[in-house]
Amino acid sequence: MRAVPIARAVVVAAVLSTWSRVAWAQAPETPQASEAQLLRQQIDQLRRDFEARLAMLEARLSTIAGAQLPPAGAQAGAAPSAPAAASAPVPPGAEGAGGPSGALPVYGSAVGGSKVFNPDMAVIGDFLGAAGRNRVAPDPAFALHESEASFQAVVDPYARADFFISFGEEGVNVEEGFLTFTSLPGGLLTKVGKMRAAFGKVNTLHNHVLPWADRPLVIKNLVGGEDGINDAGISVARLIPNRWMFLEATGQVSRGDSGDNFLKSSERGDLSYVGHLRGYQDLSESTNVDLGVSFSSGHNPSGIVGNVDLGRFTTELWGIDATLRWKPLQRSIYHSFIARSEVIWSRRDQPGGLQSANGYYLSGDYQLGRRWFAGIRFDRSDRADAAAITDTGQSLVLTYWPSEFSQVRGQYRRTAYGDGPTANELLFQFQFSIGAHGAHPF
Amino acid sequence: MNDKDDKGHRNLAGRRNNMRNAEIFLFTLALGAMSVSASAQGKVNVVATTEDLASIGREIGGERITIESIAKGYQDPHFVEAKPSFILKLQRADLLIAVGRELEIGWLPPLIQQSRNGKIQPGAAGYLDASLEAAILDIPTGQITRAMGDVHPLGNPHYWLDPENGKRIAKEIADKLSELRPNDRPYFQQQLASFVSRLDVAEKRWLATMAPHKGMKIVTYHRSFPNFAERFGLDIMGYVEPRPGIPPTPQHTLDLINEMKRQNVKLVLVEPYFDSKTPNAIGRETGAQVLVMPPSVGGTKDVPDYFKLFDYDIALLVAAIQKVK
Repeated sequence: MRAVPIARAVVVAAVLSTWSRVAWAQAPETPQASEAQLLRQQIDQLRRDFEARLAMLEARLSTIAGAQLPPAGAQAGAAPSAPAAASAPVPPGAEGAGGPSGALPVYGSAVGGSKVFNPDMAVIGDFLGAAGRNRVAPDPAFALHESEASFQAVVDPYARADFFISFGEEGVNVEEGFLTFTSLPGGLLTKVGKMRAAFGKVNTLHNHVLPWADRPLVIKNLVGGEDGINDAGISVARLIPNRWMFLEATGQVSRGDSGDNFLKSSERGDLSYVGHLRGYQDLSESTNVDLGVSFSSGHNPSGIVGNVDLGRFTTELWGIDATLRWKPLQRSIYHSFIARSEVIWSRRDQPGGLQSANGYYLSGDYQLGRRWFAGIRFDRSDRADAAAITDTGQSLVLTYWPSEFSQVRGQYRRTAYGDGPTANELLFQFQFSIGAHGAHPF
Repeated sequence: MNDKDDKGHRNLAGRRNNMRNAEIFLFTLALGAMSVSASAQGKVNVVATTEDLASIGREIGGERITIESIAKGYQDPHFVEAKPSFILKLQRADLLIAVGRELEIGWLPPLIQQSRNGKIQPGAAGYLDASLEAAILDIPTGQITRAMGDVHPLGNPHYWLDPENGKRIAKEIADKLSELRPNDRPYFQQQLASFVSRLDVAEKRWLATMAPHKGMKIVTYHRSFPNFAERFGLDIMGYVEPRPGIPPTPQHTLDLINEMKRQNVKLVLVEPYFDSKTPNAIGRETGAQVLVMPPSVGGTKDVPDYFKLFDYDIALLVAAIQKVK
């Protein structure tokens, strides 16, 4: 992006120096007025030549930059209605990879400046309201639960970067921020940064793509609470070639700090590990099944006394997940059904002894029409640090999409807490997205 | 590094050397991978996002390529699911041909990203945006906001429904294939010449068939047919959708019916993936013919390739026009 102004400066300097040379070379020989006229014409001609060459050089530069622009003539001829001044080349690699393709609109400036290299930006608002009584884990009546700002762009021919910054009521948090190497040899998809761990399905999902207004009890109780397993580290995923199905193995190593009371690293070696194996198979063109097995381990904070980890206690998690999707292709925008379930086992070593807890959720979501979705969810989970306490819950969800960019949701939730009174609540949620068109969730 | 470096700096230098070694290692690996792929000069493995592009690609690539498409012709190309089985297709591809103009923005980027295939990343040699030479309509001017619905800021992406654009797409594909397989350039160029001359003949026939109906007013469900209408002289009076991507509302439908009656519009075109309830109601109120008209190859069984797409659509239109006359 710096190359263009520099090249322009070089060419302008060349033009200027040629002018002066021409003027210097010819001036002594042509003192008459008619000769001056001729000289002016020559200079004009030269200027036109150089302007043409300048335009050509700029075009070539943008082609070299990988923008794959059509030749100016072809574009003008093919699309006379396109205002040439209001578009600019797309940065290399941005096409398709979350970015637009073709020519980008440029606001305010006729010449493509550095703005075309700005990342795709979007802000997603998540407004959550709650009514009813909950004495164990009450949510506020109204909350701008989260505002997520995303910045996504291609870094260079080898990598892309994705940032998701969440602004909650407690402050700002880098929900995810990672670099993805898109084309490493050996088919390795490598990510470096802070990211949601590939443990099961729900843990990988951002709030705005959840089919519910909340997260299932089993995720809150066993998998790191509200934020889930979300840590700084390295992730490597590889496809396992076979004749039958899509099979992907993911391995992740992270620092070992996640959730409020979930994982805490006291030493540099207290790393946490996540492994995930995902199998996917199309049963027909409209039906498919997605299965996964996950494992995670790390040090939990239960043995920490006064900033020293005396206990050195660890937590191990195992999980299986299953998703069945049905979407008839020819009516795909009107009807669909998704059934999901995850079963999770937690073995948490702590001062009182080993706590073996488990839990699951089972949910179904049916799309009634182009804008309406209805869902149901069953929850059951022990508590990770007190396996004898079991919470259960049931939810009914109704979602309405005014457009692809906003969503209104109501959820009736009944939660029977193992250590407190049963809560009956009505949650309602407004979600809205502005900015770049994001990918549809799958 | 400087001789006066203290221990910390030397550590840093050591680390840098390690990094350099790692870089060299990775670079060698990458080179190895590249040379392996370059030596495999079999058929070019092409993946096209839609059946239209696959059909044109098949005409050009002939037996020198294998080609398959992601979206089916009877599904809404805006809302294809990013299934992992498509990742497997892309992983093996030498060339990806996309419609572009943000048609696939909701599903192609995650597929490309997870393909682990450096050849087909946007900007790489194996990525072709088929729209770059085509005549694009409906490029918004002035300020655009989503209050206008799901507008495509880069213009209408349904541009393949004009045989002239079909030729431009074909030329781009031929050039790209020649770039990937320079030895086969004469073959691809010959296939292109053959395709263009056959399309020229067919286009004359289609234009002649449609010529008597020039200026015929129609309504379409989504804005899928502007290029088709412009080429074949149809006049699109309105849309069943109040705004792109927004389903029909009662008020808009009422206004549309009144306007259709006033202007005597007797044809409603519906893409196969849209619900025909509202169009049928409009048809009953106005006496208009409601046609389920495939905008894509594969939209029905009778449309297996790019030539048949126009054959079918034009036959359908002419039959309907004769009924309402």
